[in-house]
Amino acid sequence: MEPSRPSLADLAIRDVAVIEHVGGERAFRRRLMELGLVPGTRVELVGIAPLGDPLELLVRGSSLSIRKTDASVIRVGLAPMAAPEKAAGGAGLEPAAARGES
Amino acid sequence: MLLLGNPNVGKTSLFNRLTGERAHIGNYPGITVEERWGRLDLGGTPARLVDLPGAYSLSARSPEEQIALHSALGLDGQPRADLAVLVLDAGQLARNLYLLLELVELEVPLVVAVNMIDEARDNPPSPAAITQHFGVRAVATDARHGTGIAELTRAIGDELRRPTTGRVSIAYPPALLDDARHVAGALPAAWRKDAARDLSLALWALGSVDDDDELVHVPAGVRTACAEVRTRAAGRDLDEERIVPRYAAIDAALPKLHARVERHPPKRKASERVDRVLLHPVAGFAVFLVLMLIVFQALFSWSDPAISLIEDGMAALSDILTGVMPAGLLRDLLVEGVIGGVGNVIVFLPQIVLLFLFIGLLEDSGYMSRVAFLMDRVLKGIGLHGRAFVPMLSGFACAVPAVLATRTMERQRDRLLTMLVIPLMTCSARLPVYTLVIAALFPPSKVFGWMPVQGLLMVGMYVFSIVTTLLVALVLGRTVVKAHRLPLILELPPYRMPSLGVTLRTLVERASVFLREAGTVILACTIVLWALLAFPREPAPAPAPGTAAAEVVPAPAPAIEDSYAGRLGKAIEPVFAPLGFDWKLDVGIIGAFAAREVFVSTLGLVYGVGDTDENAEPLRDKIRAETADGKPRYTPLVGLSLMVFFAIACQCMSTLAVVKRETKSYRWPAFLFAYMSVLAYAASFIVYQGGKILGFGP
Repeated sequence: MEPSRPSLADLAIRDVAVIEHVGGERAFRRRLMELGLVPGTRVELVGIAPLGDPLELLVRGSSLSIRKTDASVIRVGLAPMAAPEKAAGGAGLEPAAARGES
Repeated sequence: MLLLGNPNVGKTSLFNRLTGERAHIGNYPGITVEERWGRLDLGGTPARLVDLPGAYSLSARSPEEQIALHSALGLDGQPRADLAVLVLDAGQLARNLYLLLELVELEVPLVVAVNMIDEARDNPPSPAAITQHFGVRAVATDARHGTGIAELTRAIGDELRRPTTGRVSIAYPPALLDDARHVAGALPAAWRKDAARDLSLALWALGSVDDDDELVHVPAGVRTACAEVRTRAAGRDLDEERIVPRYAAIDAALPKLHARVERHPPKRKASERVDRVLLHPVAGFAVFLVLMLIVFQALFSWSDPAISLIEDGMAALSDILTGVMPAGLLRDLLVEGVIGGVGNVIVFLPQIVLLFLFIGLLEDSGYMSRVAFLMDRVLKGIGLHGRAFVPMLSGFACAVPAVLATRTMERQRDRLLTMLVIPLMTCSARLPVYTLVIAALFPPSKVFGWMPVQGLLMVGMYVFSIVTTLLVALVLGRTVVKAHRLPLILELPPYRMPSLGVTLRTLVERASVFLREAGTVILACTIVLWALLAFPREPAPAPAPGTAAAEVVPAPAPAIEDSYAGRLGKAIEPVFAPLGFDWKLDVGIIGAFAAREVFVSTLGLVYGVGDTDENAEPLRDKIRAETADGKPRYTPLVGLSLMVFFAIACQCMSTLAVVKRETKSYRWPAFLFAYMSVLAYAASFIVYQGGKILGFGP
């Protein structure tokens, strides 16, 4: 795991990001990808449970919840306004990211 | 025919609409998964519709997940389905289409129900477009309100006469197709059909077979081929190569199926507004506490009138029988054994009905997922699923409905672990025992001048049981029911108005399964326990009228110390002596196996105060007055040891009966009984012997 790359666990609420790579154990990543979290997919962090874990994500119009430790192996890039492309994966994410359209 | 679909797409409502009559509950051959099916009337020709467990995809790692594939294709003992009815959520098409692609690839004859069409009315997907794009018949339905059911039934009838399989084109990378061909070459004859389907089945195997999966009946050749592919494809990402092209195909199709593709549908936005309150750190937990309090209160108190009614009814029934039948063995068997046993079974119904009513409403409205979301942080530390919360809470009222409620968890491992610790919660049947012991053996004095000792002890027993439950869950979760690390993937479905119809139907189903399967075991155990106390017979038993029926204790029969139970109690006295118990308490413990509160009435018989309850002074006086070597026989230390024993020991045949029903095996109830008994013995031993060493008297 490369700590310098931002992961889903680094997002702030309402941040939108694009998945670059889903890591983790095979059964887990396979299930996540089957649920639509494939590279290139837009993900929004909708909320965090009151006790700090798990996270609530919006993916392809449906809501999914995973734990922070699991989210930390999902590498993301910042979502550009339009086409999902590889975004600069440098330092932290600015929460000024694209807000949901439509 | 099969009914499949993702979880939370209204599959159960649709099943009920299609089949009308009561569902049948059976078991899949060879595995411990419940099969639910009903009959569907297609204008004269009845068809069998099997309701499969909700699934996001066909790929599997456990036997339960494998059912869908095996029944769709007719592999390994499962009859091949003539047709699969796939239920899609009209509002979440993107994710739902994944399962459609898999089924079409595997050439399963298909009818698609685009369900909950009412929720997507501002941007409804077009069934005609789905038919055009994927080549399968699609019908828009709204199972809640019954819209589209007639059309769906007609479509099913048509497709059964001349089944069609759909078409998809997915651009898999050539390397993956090479790998799939390698695996396809290893497929056994029974799995083969045509080149295209063989390839799809090979892709399924590549996605499911692992070194450490729990799949059954996967041919060794297929396993080897998959392992070979994994070795030679080192560095490539086979799962990504398989899944990404499928989502590419879905993304390409979506604009043709919808007026517009929404990233954030209105239904979701509405749900998020509700969640802002219900998942709020303060308001959310306040609502949560109130709701859980209502559930608990209902199980604990609201069920009381109904329970009393059942007990009174049973007592009246046995009075009548006692009146009309001549005294004798047959009458005793009927009154004490059979009526008592039936009473022991149906006395659980009020709590089961109430709990399933609440669970149905919580589940159906979408709130149950929020409970899991809120509580996951607390429960994950001890290896339990967030959804275990409601069953665990119910365990404070009674373990029997609580064990049945573990069904709300999808994974067998989660269910099992929860089931194994629920009986440790302080259920209401322990309270009469605690009340009796505390009142009889502990002084009504206060500590620190204001805190009543007796109340403190009662609270202490609750705390003790919670701590024990958590510790045992922690240990069992890492040893006996260890699993792969299980990441949580929880869907938070949009809030919906719960449908009372579905809830009531589930409730009736669960209650009748309980009566039929667990009830018979409980009845049989009650009769055995009755016999233990009623035999050997004395020459001329004198009937004692007015004996309450719900108790297994016979009124006349032998003097209790001469009965088999009494003899057994005396025989095991040396075993329990290190805990501070004498044979009289041992007999009570034997009687308590029917239900813990029976301890009190059994002790009443032992002490010759007749039928009694925990608040009766005579029994308390007798217990206090019991002496050994001139000193009181039962010290507070013995009382504490006894309560600790009751807190942990599995003194409840009904719990064992439902665990047997829910796990479909004798192994788990046997394990439950064994671990709880050993733990109870050890804990009481430590309390009593430790207390003696510390000088708290014998």
